[in-house]
Amino acid sequence: MKSWLTTTDHKRIALLYLGTMTLFFTLGGLLATVLRVELATPASDLVAADTYNRLFTLHGVIMVFFFLIPSIPTFLGNYLLPLMLGAPDLAFPRLNLASWYVFVAGGLLTLTAMIAGGLDTGWTFYTPYSTVFSDSHVVLAVLGVFLAGLSSVFTGINFIVTIHRLRAPGLTWLRLPLFVWSLYATSLILVLATPVLAMTLLLVAIERGLQIGIFDPATGGSPLLFQHFFWFYSHPAVYIMILPGMGVISEVIPCFSRNRPFGYAFVAASSLAIAVFGFLVWGHHMFVAGQSYFASVVFSFLSFAVAVPSGVKVFSWLGTMHRGAIWLTTPMIYALGFIALFTVGGGTGLALATLALDVHLHDTYFVVAHFHTIMVGGMLMAYLGGLHFWWPKISGRLYSERWGRIAAYILLVGFLLTFLPQFILGTQGLPRRTASYPPEYQFLQGLSSAGATILAVGYVLPAIYLLASLVRGRPAGDNPWGATGLEWQTTSPPPPHNFLDQGTLVVGDPYDYPNAPQPTIAGAGDV
Amino acid sequence: MSLPFELMPAAASTTSDAVDLVALLVFAIIGLVSLGVIVAMVWIVVRDRRRPGNLTGRGHHTATIWRTEFLFCGLTGAVFLGLFTLGAVVFDGLARVPADADALDVSVTAKRWMWSFQHPGGRRELSQLHVPAGRAVRLHLASEDVIHSFYVPAFRLKQDVVPGWQRTAWFRATAPGTYALACAEYCGTEHALMRAEVVVMPPHVYDHWLAQGDDERPPLVAAGRALFERLDCGACHESHQRRRAPPLEGLYGRTVALRDGGSVLADDDYIRRSILRPDADIVADYQSGVMPTYAGLVDDDELLLLVAYVRSLAAAEGVSP
Repeated sequence: MKSWLTTTDHKRIALLYLGTMTLFFTLGGLLATVLRVELATPASDLVAADTYNRLFTLHGVIMVFFFLIPSIPTFLGNYLLPLMLGAPDLAFPRLNLASWYVFVAGGLLTLTAMIAGGLDTGWTFYTPYSTVFSDSHVVLAVLGVFLAGLSSVFTGINFIVTIHRLRAPGLTWLRLPLFVWSLYATSLILVLATPVLAMTLLLVAIERGLQIGIFDPATGGSPLLFQHFFWFYSHPAVYIMILPGMGVISEVIPCFSRNRPFGYAFVAASSLAIAVFGFLVWGHHMFVAGQSYFASVVFSFLSFAVAVPSGVKVFSWLGTMHRGAIWLTTPMIYALGFIALFTVGGGTGLALATLALDVHLHDTYFVVAHFHTIMVGGMLMAYLGGLHFWWPKISGRLYSERWGRIAAYILLVGFLLTFLPQFILGTQGLPRRTASYPPEYQFLQGLSSAGATILAVGYVLPAIYLLASLVRGRPAGDNPWGATGLEWQTTSPPPPHNFLDQGTLVVGDPYDYPNAPQPTIAGAGDV
Repeated sequence: MSLPFELMPAAASTTSDAVDLVALLVFAIIGLVSLGVIVAMVWIVVRDRRRPGNLTGRGHHTATIWRTEFLFCGLTGAVFLGLFTLGAVVFDGLARVPADADALDVSVTAKRWMWSFQHPGGRRELSQLHVPAGRAVRLHLASEDVIHSFYVPAFRLKQDVVPGWQRTAWFRATAPGTYALACAEYCGTEHALMRAEVVVMPPHVYDHWLAQGDDERPPLVAAGRALFERLDCGACHESHQRRRAPPLEGLYGRTVALRDGGSVLADDDYIRRSILRPDADIVADYQSGVMPTYAGLVDDDELLLLVAYVRSLAAAEGVSP
């Protein structure tokens, strides 16, 4: 126990993060379950409106700040970055451990706020509701999120320095795995944007206590200023969540297509382009808030612009599969699900970027469906895909491929049934964040709730068969998928400093799949 | 339609058809592209599946990759540019408040968790807004507490109502009927129930409705004038000898040159701001520090009255200062 709590091994810290975030994800999922049960009927009957408001707020805060943002970087990134670079650890191992402690402290503060009576501002903390009118535990929750942000900054700095300084000899920038490129872009956003959120949230806390007149119009402040500050972080944060997911997909697809990535340079550059453009689109959250027509037009234009590099990724993944030898393993099913759902999620994002249309769709269920398609359909699929892809490396065991595939398909079906109806609820004009709703929306709400139960089954299954694999799974061997990354050149799981002999590492073309060894395992019914 | 649901509520304002056209186009493109991606994916997975004799990918020439990537960027860029332009042009139509002479100016006050309305004649309503079909209705929106959002799905109209500011929105209903109005911005406990109805009536029925109102309240403009006098605003704004304050006749809707070289449109928000924070925008040729702030002296309802009065002077002959 003590050896785990004082470890500076990036692999162990990654597993600490995995455990912590799984707890948060489970909590956020349980909150969502209550929400969906409540929404099965139009009236506010299972829980009171006040309780509903606290539930959706905590669902948002926990999922965004304690799962989606940290998940892939701090678990898969932490575990894999040094391995992929051929390094013994991250550049600052103790900072890495500190980031976990700060993260846990932030989580505990937020949980305290929850137990003490909750938070009812929505995860967006809009003022003056949060600063003047809410009688919930805003300050406690805000400090919790502040600490989570601090932890992200630690991780971001650590990754940037590690990528610059600890690459194995011969591992040039253009030989970096695409996952590393995506982590690099993500880290830049983490380091540059998170401080803005931190300051904004502190200002909310100060304004609540001292009425200093920053965000409250009654004392001369501006609620729109808060929205500008908040989205200046929170829109880039969307890319913090999705970029690492794209990175995972960019590893999985070449491996199970046995092809080099189609347009490596385009995929790597698109990560950076998304990171840069992502900073310039925040105003598209404010088209009807009262910003100037000119500002809205500019933000709309830039929002379309950021979609081009995202499109490049989808096109390149399809290109990688084309003329490949496609093996539909569990990680690959998740990757294909990601591509399809990311396309739908991105496309509906363009509907929201279209000025005239956003006036109708803004703040409706359409927005909820859109970002859940990106976050649950995209990011979470990528997370699970990555978890399954690297599980043999991390655990040294093979999980049940049959159950893996079944769970992946169940998740896809559950996802579609849960969120497709919500798009239509939105176009029909049902505002989001409503504890009750007029009866004409019940059919679609019911479908969505039914889908959520399937989704829940899809989440429980992997927990079962992955844990079972630790006990009953066959040994995985060093490189079960016949993959090319440096992480596959060491044992499974890797030894404390990753490589027994740094000197034997073969650094070259990162995706030399035409000449790579064939997989050492064959799943059910495969070649 | 055989679907168990409609995609959007029936369009009921003069701007909704343009929005629906944009929606149709955007959704058609999203649908086709998504379908295309899925079909391509399935086709590739089936054709290039792993099987004896196909254990290794065949790859692509670098030239092919660069050519198709650039082609893809150009193509998506062009489509996106088209969609952006279309959205912006239609949005311009939504944002431009019509200056019709017969437009109806309705003051809207949002507070947790209800909507109240006041007609130009002074008649007030709660949770119901009666308007005539075919006439432009200009909404002057203010909030007494947190941010709300005025959302009428059938009109494809949404405008956040931000405390401390006065926002303007407008619609011209096409067909008599009753349309749902919802608050779209989360505002606390009863946010879900902050709903109201917009009742659109044929013009002559509306006139009748207006006439039968048993309201003894003085008309909005008269009430504003009374308040204007009580606060003695005229001491400066109506005396043209001493040049202490700009005259208000013909001011509303005009662009005002400011002392700092900029300019500002004299809309609801400007009038309101000038009452609450007189030194925020100093008109060219006038001094700062002359007018005291009226923040705290007039409440939101009274501000609406004052703004209505100044608005009524828009067509008045100004006395040259």
